[in-house]
Amino acid sequence: MILPGGFSYGDYLRTGAIARFSPVMGAIERFARRGGLVLGICNGFQILCEAGLLPGALVRNTGLRFICRQVHVRVENVETPFTAAAEAGQVLRMPIAHAEGNYFCDADTLAELERNAQIVFRYVTAEGRITAVANPNGSLSNIAGICGRGRNVLGLMPHPERAAEEILGSADGAVVLRSMIASLARAGAVSA
Amino acid sequence: MLETEVRVTIELAAEHGLTAEEYARVLTILGREPNLTELGVFSVMWSEHCSYKSSRAHLRRLPTRGPQVVQGPGENAGVVDIGDGLVATFKLESHNHPSYVEPFQGAATGVGGILRDIFTMGARPIAVLDSLRFGPIAPEVGTDAATAARNRRLLDGVVRGIAFYGNCFGVPTVGGEVGFEAGYSGNPLVNVLALGIAKKEDLFFARASGEGNPVLYVGAKTGRDGIHGASLLASAEFNEASEEKRPNVQVGDPFLEKLLLEACLEAMQTGAIVAIQDMGAAGLTSSSCEMASRGGVGIDMNLDLVPQRESGMSAYDMLLSESQERMLLVAERGREDEVLAVFAKWGLDAVEIGRVTGDGLLRVRHRGQVVAEIPAQALADEAPVYQRSIGAPAPRDEARVDVSLAPAGADLTPNFLRVLASPAVASKRWIFEQYDYMVRTNTFEGPGAGDAAVLRVKPTRRALALAVDGNGRWARLDPRMGAKAAVAEAARNVACSGARPWAATNCLNFGNPEKPEVMWQFSEAIDGIAEACVALEIPITGGNVSFYNDTLGRSIDPTPVLGVLGVLEDAANALGMAFRAEGDIVILLDGLGENAATATPAGDAACFASSEYSKTIHGVVGGLPPAVDLAAEKRLIRLLEAAAREQAIASAHDVSDGGLAIALAECCTASEDFSVEVRIDATRPAEHVCFGERGARVVVSCDPGRVARLRALAAQYGVRAEEIGRVVRGAFRVACGEAIVVNAEIESVREAWGGALKKLIESETGGT
Repeated sequence: MILPGGFSYGDYLRTGAIARFSPVMGAIERFARRGGLVLGICNGFQILCEAGLLPGALVRNTGLRFICRQVHVRVENVETPFTAAAEAGQVLRMPIAHAEGNYFCDADTLAELERNAQIVFRYVTAEGRITAVANPNGSLSNIAGICGRGRNVLGLMPHPERAAEEILGSADGAVVLRSMIASLARAGAVSA
Repeated sequence: MLETEVRVTIELAAEHGLTAEEYARVLTILGREPNLTELGVFSVMWSEHCSYKSSRAHLRRLPTRGPQVVQGPGENAGVVDIGDGLVATFKLESHNHPSYVEPFQGAATGVGGILRDIFTMGARPIAVLDSLRFGPIAPEVGTDAATAARNRRLLDGVVRGIAFYGNCFGVPTVGGEVGFEAGYSGNPLVNVLALGIAKKEDLFFARASGEGNPVLYVGAKTGRDGIHGASLLASAEFNEASEEKRPNVQVGDPFLEKLLLEACLEAMQTGAIVAIQDMGAAGLTSSSCEMASRGGVGIDMNLDLVPQRESGMSAYDMLLSESQERMLLVAERGREDEVLAVFAKWGLDAVEIGRVTGDGLLRVRHRGQVVAEIPAQALADEAPVYQRSIGAPAPRDEARVDVSLAPAGADLTPNFLRVLASPAVASKRWIFEQYDYMVRTNTFEGPGAGDAAVLRVKPTRRALALAVDGNGRWARLDPRMGAKAAVAEAARNVACSGARPWAATNCLNFGNPEKPEVMWQFSEAIDGIAEACVALEIPITGGNVSFYNDTLGRSIDPTPVLGVLGVLEDAANALGMAFRAEGDIVILLDGLGENAATATPAGDAACFASSEYSKTIHGVVGGLPPAVDLAAEKRLIRLLEAAAREQAIASAHDVSDGGLAIALAECCTASEDFSVEVRIDATRPAEHVCFGERGARVVVSCDPGRVARLRALAAQYGVRAEEIGRVVRGAFRVACGEAIVVNAEIESVREAWGGALKKLIESETGGT
């Protein structure tokens, strides 16, 4: 299942706040509980947090403005179905396009995310260093994407589907999609 | 007279913006006095904004035909054939006055309005560009700190408004331009261009037909927002009381418009829709009488059936409301349920509110009474057409201005960096990063990547290129030449992406047309546009006129803005402006050909005072714009298309604002880390050579192995190709003969250009 980016319900009230009550969310929750792969991109990530399928919240960028630009993220954990085809520490160039991409959670949650290796992508420089300048929106600990304890649900703010063709600026994002296809193939769900 | 409580008088008509003569005409058409509701209807339909009464007589001189034109001016947007059974529909529109009063919503609803004009034709919008003008955002001579602060707020609000609407609707805002001149402080300009694609057989028009066919209202509910937006806001000057016009500004909901887009395109596929038009300026009134008039029929509608957001609205309120995100359509009797079902699926109001009649009248009922009954044709097509008086101004002193030059061999680096950091020239990243320019994954070249935005057209190999350009400063100094230059520049920008300029749209922003000098500027600009469009074979397919851009009696600089659409047969040949490889040869292409070497130095001096350099360094704006040589522009455009097709060049960027030195800098800053070293003409003053803005010139870079091919092509097209230097790393150097006149580390060039706008906008004091 892929929850794509967009402006579901016009971001009325709060991004993802109304979408999480959409009838299809029940089916998605059951699917996730059964171990199905669920990828939330940008607004999709926001909806997963609102629905409680992922911890934490996405709040307004520190610069208070919408930002559309290419950024770099580092793969922090290759033991997920979304990153198995990548190298540990690999730097991927992908675009962001959001006004509420600032990941926030309380201290206990952050400790748990780190303990359980749930932080999957962090914003970094092109050389792979975690710095404040590399962080486009003020996210806690430069977090760009996280997964659930079961590893089958992942949310990230950057758009891998917009970084799947060189001609559009980068093909680095394709590794996320390729990882998912390979994982599904191994499980016999599709032929790779 | 039909019954309302209020007796209409000539004074009441004047308050509605109707002159005594116009009111007399109303009496003749109706054969009686109008009631208040009918007065309101005439006042909006005959306002300048809706009727074009001051401009129609001149707009006829624009060239609108060509083999590629499927639909010229007259419908909601122009349409051109782009091959493979596809058509492109595009148009520029203004939302100037609302954006001054309420920048966020004014700009947002400007985007919403032009998007509806595109999808009402049956096309899916695929791109938006904007052309903006504000007063200076830092204090300078003639602009105090308070005014500069207000200009910064306007810029901020407008950009956020465009971003809010475009991003949520889901169309990429892929390019545009922004200019800053004192004349716009009281009158910002917000011109928005939208482009859509459709299969030719899926095009829809707004011509009502079929007596008895149901008229359906779809979309958002009607409220009191925007009443008199067309007649009293967009068709009048600003004065001290203009703050009170805030209720005249419309309010937008981009998510609802996205639902409306999908519902309309789906409903159109049912085949049950006969005609459709969006409700824009003068909402329900204009959409009904225009559709009826085009079809030679009448429309009878009942306002009791209109979905209403507020209670107690009068017929007057509902007919004049400019509530956004609404469409009016005519369906085939017996099939209306198919259409209504589609809108229900998308959660939108859809109601039959009337029917098509054979009597040619717009008949409106409310609470059991007929509250308006007016011949539709009179409203839509028989507004007066004015031949307003034209008066050329007395010759100005500034026509004879000379700018003092630095001594020969002087270091021009500090001036170069200052021009780079001026708001007009500096990087616009602060603006365009607020726009989602990647959504839909069709943007090959987005903002800042090249001289035109380039979008691929799936599933073909083709791409479309778009550029918008205008120069108010030049149009003030010489309206005809300034307008010609705008066309030439937009076409040249499209050619720099490798595309063939194919068609154009325009937005003509001028002052009060009742002033003879403004009307002279308008007429001259029309002639300039016509001459250029004919020479470059680019028909005008539609556009917009915005008059009354004055505050307290002072008009803006005449600002004709041109949007040019280009077609690239193979998207793989698209070009950007960035240098691509160290060691590439940098070549200056000049459409004047071998005459370039002998182009008049006296001409350079006469027009140097109209340049960005002169304004920024000397605070002087005067003289004349550089003469536009259309034959030279055309040769250059054809050469660029050929060179792109053969992949003979690696990058292309035209010489415009700031001149050659700035163009070279921009080729570097657009790249990751390249710089350039060039040696140019030593026979003329260095400042003229480095910063002069004569057109018909493009900087290209070439792989050394392709230079010979480019030279051969250039000779074939009669274009001069002068090798001036190489792409390097590290130092940015421009030499005039033996003297190095600009010498800087590329880092300081990037810093001056890259950070200037953000620093200015986000500071309290505007950088002083």
